[in-house]
Amino acid sequence: MEKLSIKNPSNLRTDFLGVKFPNPVVLASGILGMSASSMASVVRNGAGGVTTKSTNLEGQDGHPGPKVITYESGMLNCYGLTNAGFWHEKKEIAKFKKRLPQNPLIFSIFGFSLKEFQAIAQKVDQTRADFIEINISCPNVQSEHGRPFGCVPGMPQKVIKAVKKLTKKPIIVKLSPNVVDIVEIAREVESAGAHAISAINTLGPGMVINLETRCPVLSAKAGGMSGPAIRPLAVKMIYDIYENVKIPLIGIGGVTTGQDALEMIMAGAQLVEIGSGVYYRGISVFKRVCNEMQEWMRKQGVKSIKEIIGAAHD
Amino acid sequence: MLHCTVEQPIIFPVKKIINEAPGFKTFIFEGQLNAKPGQFVMFWIPKIEARPFSVSFQTPNEFQITVMKVGEFTKAMFKLKPGDKVGIQGPYGRPFSLGSAKNIVILGGGCGIAPVFFLLNQAVKSAKNIFFIGGCRSKDIFLKQKALKKIIPDPILMTDDGSLGKKGFTTDALERLLKKRPIDKIFACGPEIMLLKTAQISKKYNIPCQISLERLMKCGIGICGQCCLDDCGLRVCHEGPVFEASKLLESPEFGKYKRDNRGKIIKI
Repeated sequence: MEKLSIKNPSNLRTDFLGVKFPNPVVLASGILGMSASSMASVVRNGAGGVTTKSTNLEGQDGHPGPKVITYESGMLNCYGLTNAGFWHEKKEIAKFKKRLPQNPLIFSIFGFSLKEFQAIAQKVDQTRADFIEINISCPNVQSEHGRPFGCVPGMPQKVIKAVKKLTKKPIIVKLSPNVVDIVEIAREVESAGAHAISAINTLGPGMVINLETRCPVLSAKAGGMSGPAIRPLAVKMIYDIYENVKIPLIGIGGVTTGQDALEMIMAGAQLVEIGSGVYYRGISVFKRVCNEMQEWMRKQGVKSIKEIIGAAHD
Repeated sequence: MLHCTVEQPIIFPVKKIINEAPGFKTFIFEGQLNAKPGQFVMFWIPKIEARPFSVSFQTPNEFQITVMKVGEFTKAMFKLKPGDKVGIQGPYGRPFSLGSAKNIVILGGGCGIAPVFFLLNQAVKSAKNIFFIGGCRSKDIFLKQKALKKIIPDPILMTDDGSLGKKGFTTDALERLLKKRPIDKIFACGPEIMLLKTAQISKKYNIPCQISLERLMKCGIGICGQCCLDDCGLRVCHEGPVFEASKLLESPEFGKYKRDNRGKIIKI
């Protein structure tokens, strides 16, 4: 197992909405977030914090396989929000926090209606999660449930206001890139009272067709696109959101190296999340990204990662 | 050669189907898979679903997958005819490793005989003394009975009802064998209760043991977290499916529980 070049490196320490993170590299929702053991293994491999798989009150099956395929420079997935429901997740969160109290946990929640969002939101304060992430942007359930709330101007604020009444935990809202103007949605999210924004969720969905069988490979036919191919889009979206809102940002989308993470931070992200990067560089991607960030910082004489947040802006 | 830079199924027509026993079929495909014993592939029936299956045999130009009919997907597999196109993605996972072991025991239980049959074929090339212990409920569903005897003269066969070989469990035969013979390494695949017992016996006799574990897998490439074991978090699809028995004995879920499609804990 690779070791961090410096033990508990102080130059990577950061905080987000007043919560301390040992480093700014966090596990994104939907990857390795099904159990406490899995998330703890991600922390052992260098992540500063973790995000759970998106959960609704009752849980649901999701789509059959094939659920994940890759293409030349990215990945498609159509998990379809598989989860075991709130009561199960609550236990896994408790187990994780007991093992790793110093590593913040973001509890991702979703619903297909305001009512469903409320149903889980009123329970989240029973967990030991540090933050709630409202997932209004999964592109993989459109055929069953219509466009995600994050793609319909006016809907995000309704969800946020409804959820906010039911929890004291800080609220992060995860935005979709599949919109005409992400800044408009970001402003709406801020004015509705969200504490932070994470962006972006997967792009599309996209499709890959198998020629010999003449049919789409993914079981749901299409799937959200992630991985290196979407990174420049994610960087630009974080850059634009940073210019237009004051609440802190989490940058997500195709980050696989320390350079990618630094780029996202310079665009304005305080934390950076990694998902598909686990496929591209193995589960130690978190450690490797931290090492690479530190190496760059050392060369550049950057004492704290906090110094360069938003550095790319005029 | 089945190797691609992207994780997508490669299409193969089914070359031949063998009816192994009631409820068991072997699908034969033409092509070089480059799989090692213990590895698995994602088997895709277009427009239906993809699920993981171990490779049960391989020659330089053919590979086989042996399947037990247990649910909806395997029911669909049983409707396949020679010539039907299916997708194969992989091989994936950590295989069995014979290493330099010279005196080995290979245990297969039920449909777990299939993946260790592949291992046995490879082991005869490098190991000196090989013992094979196969176990099953009864004679009529005992896989590879004849094929086994062609590779190894006297496999130890065990059945629950005594209809073939001796009456009893593979692990009873294992313990009897370990008392008589010096063994360097044990390999096993089968029902989890058998695997747990095998691991415990290997610990008792202090013999290295590799076990192929089954868990529900979704992606096969180590990213979804569905198959992560408690408490180590090891991914069965990536760090497994073959694990050292000592590692599995540290897991509170080994032999006790697993996770369903949603991630909920279910007893074994």
